[in-house]
Amino acid sequence: MQITEWTALELGRMIKKKEISVREAVDASYQRIAALDGDLNSYVTLAQEAAYARADQVQAGIEDGSITGPLAGVPAAVKDNICTEGLLTTCSSKILYNFVPTYSAEAVLNMEKAGAVILGKTNMDEFAMGSTTETSAFGPTKNPWNTAHVPGGSSGGSCVAVAAGEAPYALGSDTGGSIRQPGSFCGVVGLKPTYGTVSRYGLIAYGSSLDQIGPIAKDVSDCAAILEMIASHDKKDSTSVARTDCDFTSALVDDVKGLRVGIPSDYLGVSPSMQNRLAAMVGPASSIRGGESGPGLDDEVRQAVLDTADVLRQKGAIVEEFDLSLVEYAIPAYYVIASAEASSNLSRFDGVKYGYRAAEYEGLHNMYKKSRSEGFGEEVKRRIMLGSFVLSSGYYDAYYLKALRTKALIKQSFDRAFEKYDIILAPASPTTAPELGKSLSDPLKMYLGDIYTISVNLAGLPGISVPCRLDSKGLPIGVQMIGDCFNEKAILRAAYAFEQARGRFLVPEIAKKDNANGCVCQRNADKCSGKETSFAAASAANGTENIQKTAADKEGE
Amino acid sequence: MAKQYETVIGLEVHVELATKTKIFCGCSTAFGAAPNAHTCPVCTGMPGSLPVLNKQVVEYAMAVGLATNCEIHQFCKFDRKNYFYPDNPQNYQISQLYLPICHDGYVEVDTSTGTRRIGIHEIHMEEDAGKLIHDEWEDCSLVDYNRSGVPLIEIVSEPDMRSAEEVIAYLEKLRLIIQYLGASDCKLQEGSMRADVNLSVRELGTEKFGTRTEMKNLNSFKAIARAIDGERERQIELLEEGKPVIQETRRWDDNKEYSYPMRSKEDAHDYRYFPDPDLVPIVISDEWLQAVKDRQPELRTEKLARYKKEFDIPEYDAGIITESKRMADIFEEATALCGKPKKVSNWLMGETLRLLKEENREPETLDFSPKHLAKLIDLAEAGTINQTVAKEVFEQIFREDVDPEAYVEEHGLKTVNDEGELRTVVEGVIAANPQSVADYKGGKEKALGFLVGQTMKAMKGKANPAAVNAMLRELLA
Repeated sequence: MQITEWTALELGRMIKKKEISVREAVDASYQRIAALDGDLNSYVTLAQEAAYARADQVQAGIEDGSITGPLAGVPAAVKDNICTEGLLTTCSSKILYNFVPTYSAEAVLNMEKAGAVILGKTNMDEFAMGSTTETSAFGPTKNPWNTAHVPGGSSGGSCVAVAAGEAPYALGSDTGGSIRQPGSFCGVVGLKPTYGTVSRYGLIAYGSSLDQIGPIAKDVSDCAAILEMIASHDKKDSTSVARTDCDFTSALVDDVKGLRVGIPSDYLGVSPSMQNRLAAMVGPASSIRGGESGPGLDDEVRQAVLDTADVLRQKGAIVEEFDLSLVEYAIPAYYVIASAEASSNLSRFDGVKYGYRAAEYEGLHNMYKKSRSEGFGEEVKRRIMLGSFVLSSGYYDAYYLKALRTKALIKQSFDRAFEKYDIILAPASPTTAPELGKSLSDPLKMYLGDIYTISVNLAGLPGISVPCRLDSKGLPIGVQMIGDCFNEKAILRAAYAFEQARGRFLVPEIAKKDNANGCVCQRNADKCSGKETSFAAASAANGTENIQKTAADKEGE
Repeated sequence: MAKQYETVIGLEVHVELATKTKIFCGCSTAFGAAPNAHTCPVCTGMPGSLPVLNKQVVEYAMAVGLATNCEIHQFCKFDRKNYFYPDNPQNYQISQLYLPICHDGYVEVDTSTGTRRIGIHEIHMEEDAGKLIHDEWEDCSLVDYNRSGVPLIEIVSEPDMRSAEEVIAYLEKLRLIIQYLGASDCKLQEGSMRADVNLSVRELGTEKFGTRTEMKNLNSFKAIARAIDGERERQIELLEEGKPVIQETRRWDDNKEYSYPMRSKEDAHDYRYFPDPDLVPIVISDEWLQAVKDRQPELRTEKLARYKKEFDIPEYDAGIITESKRMADIFEEATALCGKPKKVSNWLMGETLRLLKEENREPETLDFSPKHLAKLIDLAEAGTINQTVAKEVFEQIFREDVDPEAYVEEHGLKTVNDEGELRTVVEGVIAANPQSVADYKGGKEKALGFLVGQTMKAMKGKANPAAVNAMLRELLA
């Protein structure tokens, strides 16, 4: 097995045992990036210079005993909406193409305290708005299992980096499924913690009341260890919670005897009323993917969920179906709330203080208009307009307030469920990864793909997606486990037990090749050598303008 | 007969709170630093930064609310007010719309027509914006975020005022209350207190309000009074001509004594208010509210009553002294040190007010230490200096806050109490002024005054006038 196939904890142990140096671990990741990332495009910015310097520093710290954590010296990737001091942070948007933060997010500081080495920043849907990583201004990221398919999103870059061995683990952010859904598309484990568990300070906000940073890793144990490392009570974040139960790795026990597992029947099948509502939203249900089983729920995905339930049942869990209710209201409520918050959160990107400013303009108003029109992509603009609309006077009560009430009702229906169950088992996404270019043409359909993940954010709950198996097309299927607020341990335990039964998950072919001497495409060689590449090369597909991606390639300054 | 009109006025008063740090970050609120010296990622709206509420802001807001008879919303929230302008780094202001911290209060003000009760609709907390500096030469604008995030409260009155006099009385009352609470220094000129005037006119006796305008840029009580009179006249003129008053925001130009439209209702912003998801609701427990109540300092009315009881000073003096928190503080401290309230009061009512008027200053700007005044009183009482010298020394205390003891010593101002020296000088004066001596002896009392004056002059004012008087009488007897 290659270094890049080890889990983060395995790598951490090898580093501790001095079987491998921190520098070698960093090298292994960068070699894999050099070989694959020209094709996969999971990174926006690499930080080699800083990473190697940091590797030596961490190595010294491990040797003198000042850095001791289980992940000390293990390299990691960070989603590009999480601020890293001195390292370009773009949100995969042209409007922040040159933004270098003067501070690091609290989660990053926690990682660094524990001896992490940051390899670079990963690609994402622009401002985390999207489910495919195709809305990035730096071009789409591709699925390592089949590069004709999307990796999911918005944390697509982080999930691909982990799946393809370009990073032992990564941080993502999840507002409506942005960790769990790409995790399931890429065959990696992704965890969205309870709202308030990981500080949002330094996470560039999309939907503030829904956003959470979380771990993406090869297995459940890694996720637990990473969450344990990044969770903290941060006085700089008013929504941060002081928890005393952050010893998440203690839940890694292969024992689910008596664990009560509920499967929402409305997730697996469609009630007539739900069908009507969805039809009203996007047209006849038959136009949605799938058809027979759920609101576009793919039969293979459905079967994977049921098989996972069987595994847990065989291990002693009590599994039953129940009616969660309100499922069809989650999507409209989410898109109203998230867009409303986004319309306000993104107003600070105006070309005045940092980031992109239009080259020519007449007066202040015109500068705002042109900078924002040119700096934001289509999907971001769509959501800003949607959000501005639902908050405008005369519509606030009809949309925003109603959405908040719906959110409260959804939380109540979960509360009722958690009186009966310890965890809820569900699909992570109705389908496996769609082909590139197939989703953006119909945004409403894309929004429907978030149906299983979104309500978890609305209710502030923890959720984990775990790869289950490959579908007939060879693409990973993930299942999702949802816990009650502050009960990450229940889902970690269930996911861990399932994983023990499943065995080590597969590695995509692309990541198996010994590519120390592999093909290195031109763009990537440039990226690694620190030379400037044309922004156009990366974003031609997106139709963005030709601006120099200068700072992006002079990483770590 | 010409129609009679009634003016209806409501005020929105912004007060900058005297906290050491800003409302949502730890930056200093100090005034006058180099541009952008007091800034951080939060108050410059950097991506990923988050606001955290300063508890002191809530306490000040509660204190002002309690002192103005408001109800306190023990569950309140912050909302975002969205609008684009470069002095506002996030392009939204964090304010309170849906659940302001205080509501439904009132203050009572004294006017020439008696006591009037002015209702307070609400008091809410919000952050101030930065400051734009337009560089005409370079054709660009610069922004200073030092003021960005400085805490404000906005006190919104009911439309209960009917004249400039009532408005000024209301503002003075608010200012006094807030100064007494220590919540702000309330300086209009420096912008730590700002008032926007909402004004409409209606025919006397009608119930329905007229169309109102809002006037901004009023930075002194005088400007406010002029603006109210000007706007009243303008609106009446429009109505008399049969033209409508347009609902708009107007900017007062105090030099031209005229207001100009800034923006009308049609192009008013839609601020798209919504609860700020970055801040959790503020829950004020009964205990917290009680603690703030218990800490409320003595306000003016109570202080006045206490002075009447405790100190033997004229009621008029007590009224003037307590009209300024600073003056009252000086009075109490100096009295505590020297034990002579009447003397302290005299210095404040006489010399202090005279010098303030001379320098065109407000009593709140007094910056001398009460202990120096107390010492001065002690020196005068002990006869160490005479009254004339004392006045001279007081001016130095008033201006430079000098230590009177050291000053008197340094400048040789001590009264000469050496009888031998005084006798020699008096003898000299008698010898040099035979005519006056003759006049005095001839029964002209006035002549003695002249001789006293000559003696004081010869002694450079350092003699005790009473002693000089006695000595002259003795030698001329």
